[in-house]
Amino acid sequence: MTARPFALRSPTPMPGWGLSFGIMLTMLSVVVLIPMAVLLWRGFVGFGAAEMWAVINRPRVWNALELSFRAALIASLFNLVFGVLLAWVLVRYRFPGKRIIDAAVDLPFALPTAVAGIALTAIYAPNGVFGAPILQTFGIRVAYTEIGIWIALIFVGLPFVVRTVQPVIEEIDRETEEASATLGASRLRTITHVILPMLAPAALTGFALALARSVGEYGSVIFIAGNLPNVTEIAPLLIVIRLEVFDYDGAVAIAVAMLAISFTLLLAINLIQIRSRRRMGAV
Amino acid sequence: MGADRPLPCLLTVLLFAPLIAVFDEALRRGWAFALASLSDPDAQSAIRLTLLVAAVTVPLNAAFGIAAAWAITKFDWRGKAWVITLIDVPFSVSPVVAGLLFVLMFGANSALGAWLVANGFPIVFAVPGIVLATLFITFPFVARELIPVMLEQGRAEEEAALTLGASGWRTFLTVTLPNIRWALLYGVLLCNARAMGEFGAVAVVSGKIRGQTTTMPLMIEMFYNEYLSVAAFTMAGVLALLALVTLTLKSALEWRYADQLAATHRH
Repeated sequence: MTARPFALRSPTPMPGWGLSFGIMLTMLSVVVLIPMAVLLWRGFVGFGAAEMWAVINRPRVWNALELSFRAALIASLFNLVFGVLLAWVLVRYRFPGKRIIDAAVDLPFALPTAVAGIALTAIYAPNGVFGAPILQTFGIRVAYTEIGIWIALIFVGLPFVVRTVQPVIEEIDRETEEASATLGASRLRTITHVILPMLAPAALTGFALALARSVGEYGSVIFIAGNLPNVTEIAPLLIVIRLEVFDYDGAVAIAVAMLAISFTLLLAINLIQIRSRRRMGAV
Repeated sequence: MGADRPLPCLLTVLLFAPLIAVFDEALRRGWAFALASLSDPDAQSAIRLTLLVAAVTVPLNAAFGIAAAWAITKFDWRGKAWVITLIDVPFSVSPVVAGLLFVLMFGANSALGAWLVANGFPIVFAVPGIVLATLFITFPFVARELIPVMLEQGRAEEEAALTLGASGWRTFLTVTLPNIRWALLYGVLLCNARAMGEFGAVAVVSGKIRGQTTTMPLMIEMFYNEYLSVAAFTMAGVLALLALVTLTLKSALEWRYADQLAATHRH
């Protein structure tokens, strides 16, 4: 009747408990838990909370953190809207090349970030295939500005929402929509009151995954960003710069700040999700 | 129908454009020039290192994924939900922070790191650090793929095998493994793609020593920063081909064995 952690709840004939649990816990500890603990210890005990705050509370660091989170939010919101739309089209419609597009959605997962980075830079540079016409028509520079960062993060985060929403759309019975229409709901009302509430939890999960990925993204961004301090310098780059001059404490402070903001955001999204699930359950 | 097509068309252009750009830039001065850049000794050593890192990381990751999925799906124990959450932690950590973790633990500035360097086994700015950082980044890949599949399959088949007198290993090899092989292959495929392509974490731990700790993605950055555009894009082209192979195999698995993969990939 003891409540020891990791204790088996009931005896079982299944073999391999000790071995599988041992491998799992050892690797989890060595690869994830101990290194994370060392980072936090180094920050809070070795360096100190006040000292870390002094590093973070400087315009250049603050601007970088703000840029990283703002760009990640913008890109993930874009992906939320277009990801849901794309998932809908991929499930509900038949058109030529559908399978290729469906497979291509995962391209950002498979393509290494450095490859995506230099390729996007080539395309959106002022003399690039897309960059030149955009500059001529709208007078907007994409590469080496914050817009370039958005583009890179949109590319990297696109698959998350599509892939989490797609299976849910497949589960939606067309009869549900037909019932709603039969009861006199307009097409728009069916979408806002019937379909979107069903998609919301999955879409939020995808949004959270895309956000978590975009906030810390480095490889695909640094080539296209221009990396101008205070303007297009992302937070992970600041950590790299600190490490290049062996300022470990400074790097730790920025890393702790990034982790704190990411986990707060993810926690908030989780809470929203629990609430929306409860509301769905109540309906 | 017509009105629904612009969206997929637009997205295809946006998704495929980078891929086309890579090959276009690589072949700007012809095949011979592009291929010659790959025979550069530094480029060759980068390719070898990337293959080595993947060859070490992916099996370790698969072993962890199988062990974790077995412990999580075949037994009931306290703290399971916490462990599942902890396995996913690397997904919300920036690759650069991941690299920093191992620099702090094993770098020359730490007691452990100094001792390791003194005894001739440096981890940071050496291959073991690259492996550790890659392991962290790819940590959840196989486990996340196997857990839902094994959860769905339950324990009845293993229990039947055990009742009939099969040993634990025999049960695993002849009952469990055939049931999860496609999901395992799927996880390994994604894990390998990420392991070979990881940039941020490796950039931090490797020290980017040319010819020694420079992986293919880091070599791309070096060539690019030295304005060796064709060399950079040719190396990128090799990794892009790998990405295409990964996507093809992944799609083939999804079409053929959809019922044996995790639910999120079914379509």
